[in-house]
Amino acid sequence: MQERKPRFTSLSGLGINRVYTRDDLKDWLPENDLGAPGEFPYTRGVYPTMYRGRLWTMRQFAGFGSADDTNRRFKYLLQHGQNGLSVAFDMPTLMGIDADDSRAHGEVGRCGVAISSLADMDRLFEDIPLDQVTTSMTINGPAAVIFAMYLAVAEKRSMSVERLGGTLQNDILKEYIAQKEWLFPPEPSLRLITDTIAYCAKQVPKWHPVSISGYHIREAGSNAVQELAFTLYDGLTYVEAAVKAGLTVDSFVPQLSFFFNVHNDFFEEIAKFRAARRLWAREMERRYHPKDPRSLQLRCHAQTAGCSLTAQQPMNNVVRTTLQALAAVLGGTQSLHTNSMDETLALPSEEAVKVALRTQQLIAQESEVTNCVDPLGGSYYVEALTNRLEAEALDYFRKLDALGGMVKAIERGYPQREILDASQRYQREVERKERIVVGVSDYQEQESRPIPILKVGPEVEREQVARLSDLRKSRDPFKMTGAVEALQEAASCGENVMPYLIEAVKAKATLGEICAALKEVFGTYREPVVL
Amino acid sequence: MTVAATPLRVLIGKVGLDGHDRGVKLIARALRDAGMEVIYTGLHQTPEQVASTAIQEDVDAIGLSILSGAHNTLFRRVLELLKEQQAEDIVVFGGGIIPDEDVPTLKAAGVRALFRPGVPMNEIVDFVKGLRS
Repeated sequence: MQERKPRFTSLSGLGINRVYTRDDLKDWLPENDLGAPGEFPYTRGVYPTMYRGRLWTMRQFAGFGSADDTNRRFKYLLQHGQNGLSVAFDMPTLMGIDADDSRAHGEVGRCGVAISSLADMDRLFEDIPLDQVTTSMTINGPAAVIFAMYLAVAEKRSMSVERLGGTLQNDILKEYIAQKEWLFPPEPSLRLITDTIAYCAKQVPKWHPVSISGYHIREAGSNAVQELAFTLYDGLTYVEAAVKAGLTVDSFVPQLSFFFNVHNDFFEEIAKFRAARRLWAREMERRYHPKDPRSLQLRCHAQTAGCSLTAQQPMNNVVRTTLQALAAVLGGTQSLHTNSMDETLALPSEEAVKVALRTQQLIAQESEVTNCVDPLGGSYYVEALTNRLEAEALDYFRKLDALGGMVKAIERGYPQREILDASQRYQREVERKERIVVGVSDYQEQESRPIPILKVGPEVEREQVARLSDLRKSRDPFKMTGAVEALQEAASCGENVMPYLIEAVKAKATLGEICAALKEVFGTYREPVVL
Repeated sequence: MTVAATPLRVLIGKVGLDGHDRGVKLIARALRDAGMEVIYTGLHQTPEQVASTAIQEDVDAIGLSILSGAHNTLFRRVLELLKEQQAEDIVVFGGGIIPDEDVPTLKAAGVRALFRPGVPMNEIVDFVKGLRS
């Protein structure tokens, strides 16, 4: 019988056979390529028992308006059974500028929470016991400053930072590649990241100082292969920078974590998680021979693909998200965010975010997929795809090596162009109807039924500007200036800046003031325009 | 009817602080492939930079992409600046995450067209081409 299409391809464009058999796994050896769960090369998962031991962490990314607004949303999510917090910051905070900066006008509290000072951070976590939750903070350029604020809040509450658990995204390479929120040039940015890694290795042992992220690479238009390759290569770049700074691999690599997107191609996504674990284990072993097995284990957070959602027929997004979330679970993620159905329209409403969280609870409690570790292991198709993704990623590794590493490649616009090309290919496939987007390129409806969406009003900006003005009046200007000057001194002579950042935020220097002071030392960056 | 002597000139820009440039780059490429002269500003532009580049480059239209929620402030500011500099003949259009209820007010303020998620690329290309007929 004739098939529906001349050629079947994965979402990344990999050719897919009609059926897979033993012949597709000729060089595949279960003892080398699969192993047991919790054992090298970790294809089947990083823990022997996986979800039979402990379910993944359900961690919904949230933040909007003022610190008080977001504090209320955090409490709402905790009440409904979420077990980890994840902070979304607004654009001015992500770019290291204060709410009263002219560039922030119109942006304050819009797509995340506005945090300009230690006082804001304190209000964000009011009545939340920092030693009983884990907190993920999605911030990159000014990550070290925001982390210093979090540590200072703990200190103010007389809590030992040794007990703090959580994650700082702090992945600047993918900013240059994809998300485009940087403050400084790549080299000083890498050094700041190394400072946070070194500080956590000594002082905050339960913290993940970097979450090496493919999520944004994928959202910027890459395919699964590029996401896998660029993310793992970024990870190896951070490891090498820290090793060059004198750290031993086993002192910090177990604290690194990863963050992947999970998109529509169900089996390709599952294979991507499996290939990522195997590739990381093999590369770390080959390059550094670590003694601690945790240095070989890729642990990750996953988020369903925001870019796959549609503004048309938004209820369909619940179904898309469910399939993606299931792929992340079958892929063996440690933590998961499920997107809300209204996210192509605005930040999620309370109702929408609850359905998203319930989706995870349904998978965890009703589907029974958690009964067995790596249930698709040994499937001819999934193993062949896992092999293929690993091989394709290694191909990119060789290209990046030839360009002189990731920083050089970024400066030449290489990963940026690869992503843009992939994104254009996908767009064309959709427009030619080679790929169908339900409700958009097919099965359209004229009628649109509006769903309630969250609004952030202009009063958020006015109030935040007023709070900053009060803060500036209330502080000791000499103490503040002294702390910022000491920070600049440490930054220019190569000392670890973390203790100085903590002192500066305690002296009530604002996020914008600290980042401006660091720019004086480190300079700024202009990206090569890739079109 | 004669064919226009010069191709349409379009400034495509990202105003505001967000760095989501996938859509804006695809649109820049699509307009370029359709034979237009595209000036892409790069990221993190202020309304002042956009208006002054548009005037210096003598463009026919400005297409702005905003996904940070600051569209109400930023579109209006660009339109104001163009008006102040007697450049209201430059057509302003845009795209991004813009809720339904903001569309009529932005259009009333002078934004000619808004393209939101899921719009086919050729619809945007046809709109820009149509500016000269």
